[in-house]
Amino acid sequence: MNVVVCIKQVPETPRIEIDPQTGALIKAEGKMIINPFDMYALEEGIRLKERYEGKVTAITMGAPEAEEALREAIALGVDEAILLSDPVFDGSDTLATSYILAKALQKLGQPDIVICGRQTMDGDTGQVAPQIAEWLGIPFVSYVSKIEEIKEGRMTVQRMIDEGHQVIEMPLPGVINVVKEINVPRLPSLRGLMQSKKVQIATWTAQDLDVDMSKVGMAGSPTHVTMVFFPERVKQGGLLQGSPESQVEQLVEKLQKII
Amino acid sequence: MEYFLDEEQKTIKSLARRIAEERIMPVRAELDEKEEFPWEIMKELAGADMFRVFIPEEYEGLGARCLDLCLVVEELSRACGGIAICYAATALGCLPVVHHGSEEQKQKYLPDVAAGKRLTAFALTESTAGSDAGNMRTTASPEKGYYVLNGTKQFITNGGEAEIYTVIAMTDPAKGSRGASAFVVEKGTPGFSFGKKEKKMGIRSSATRELIFRDCRVPEENLIGKEGQGFIITVRTLDRSRPGVAAQAVGIAQGALEAAVNYARQRIQFGHPISSLQAVQHMLANMAIELEAARAMVYAVARTIDSGARNFAEEAAMAKVFAADMAMKVTTDAVQIFGGVGYMCDYPIEKMMRDAKITQIYEGTNQVLRNEIALQVLKRKALRE
Repeated sequence: MNVVVCIKQVPETPRIEIDPQTGALIKAEGKMIINPFDMYALEEGIRLKERYEGKVTAITMGAPEAEEALREAIALGVDEAILLSDPVFDGSDTLATSYILAKALQKLGQPDIVICGRQTMDGDTGQVAPQIAEWLGIPFVSYVSKIEEIKEGRMTVQRMIDEGHQVIEMPLPGVINVVKEINVPRLPSLRGLMQSKKVQIATWTAQDLDVDMSKVGMAGSPTHVTMVFFPERVKQGGLLQGSPESQVEQLVEKLQKII
Repeated sequence: MEYFLDEEQKTIKSLARRIAEERIMPVRAELDEKEEFPWEIMKELAGADMFRVFIPEEYEGLGARCLDLCLVVEELSRACGGIAICYAATALGCLPVVHHGSEEQKQKYLPDVAAGKRLTAFALTESTAGSDAGNMRTTASPEKGYYVLNGTKQFITNGGEAEIYTVIAMTDPAKGSRGASAFVVEKGTPGFSFGKKEKKMGIRSSATRELIFRDCRVPEENLIGKEGQGFIITVRTLDRSRPGVAAQAVGIAQGALEAAVNYARQRIQFGHPISSLQAVQHMLANMAIELEAARAMVYAVARTIDSGARNFAEEAAMAKVFAADMAMKVTTDAVQIFGGVGYMCDYPIEKMMRDAKITQIYEGTNQVLRNEIALQVLKRKALRE
């Protein structure tokens, strides 16, 4: 079983500064952490390795500092970690990011299962995982809350939907994203932490991945942020007056207007 | 204070703190109330390699340094002295094998303990043998490749939950303390059963049970050291484990001081936080002074042991006595600062006071240890004359 978990390093605090022109993140206060949803993806990847044997690899695209997130993944029990980092990747939107990740997955030799968190805490789009599957031309199941069984090249998963759970069987290789209901992420181990401080993390650049330069960075990103703003909070509360009966009448009238 | 911990020790300390804050703090009150053994936490500690800390590297451990163990016990105790002792009792239970066991015994038992697969316990106390350990009645009679154990051990921490027990029994009662021997007894051995689980004042999530031996046949290869070495193994084991109890006391007191400081800053009386009152400030100052003194002492003794020193019994006893008395005083004062709510079970502070009390009692009461320390002090003077 060959599992790859895609993770992202995000700012821990929501206190961030955004460039009003480009809508890009300028800087974030405080420390950087692994995107919380990705912790569930890492845990599930490590559990799959423990259950079916094999190897679990973590990959991330980001600045050289994102190496810290990969060291944390190693401390948790991931076997190998690869950083995808190149100045030409700067400004990549979810499409370009998923293209770069897909190229890395191909270079790794098509893993059996690719696991992502359901969405990131900063971008919040949830688009990267399904796009990876599209680039690779393999199936994708979202919001996985349980991996029931993997047998003869097929994986049975439970998927969270508003009405309850769907049970889906998917052929492998495939991509899933997971919800926080899937597991309780473990804490790192001492051996893992000590190893994570020593281990060499491989960095793959655009050249290593043999990417089409028109598909990465700003050039490969059709998404354009037109405006970033904080929604204005308007207080619209009002107090109804009069007898209870007349208040009810007024309320019904107001509700009817809205509907 | 800067204690010059090395990188590995900083890693151990910070991970232990994370486990304590993220996993132990949310469940400590419930486990205490229900007197429930913290199996989930033990699994967490095993997964985090915490049981490797007190096992030598040759047996899947991380080096077995006394200070490393003290750091873990302190951090866990800061959240819960009861849960911490379930862990620390396993360190105690395997000390006889680590320091006096045969190569075969080490190979057989230590890797499982290091992986956290099996907990251990140390069984010395009996109803007639507390501080007077020489008055024990449990016997081990040699019989064709076996020792047959008979008797009852009392107040055994981790009793019933542990898989591996080091048991002290008399192989030659006529010889008194020179007639005791130490054995490894595995749970499930025919003739070995458990008595009632004790209801306790504090450390209530830990399990304390009787061990009952009725013609329990233990293979002779389970003898630790030689026949007759049971007492010296016991004494040396407890000398090494006392810094751990002292670390437990330091951790409990640390938790209590932090809670008291937080509360004193929040609690408004006469229009001001009570932390602005000098009466309260001086209490906090005294708590902090004694706590830091105890910590410095515990770390110094642990480092002395880790340096390979042979004579540390007296200092280990001093650290245990001082830290335990300090913890009792600090937790009592913390309850006082909390006032009425400190007396209520809704706040964690009364539990800390209950948990602190045991540190003055087990692994040698503070009184019997003072006897030992006084003996050494007087002997040194006498030898100079």
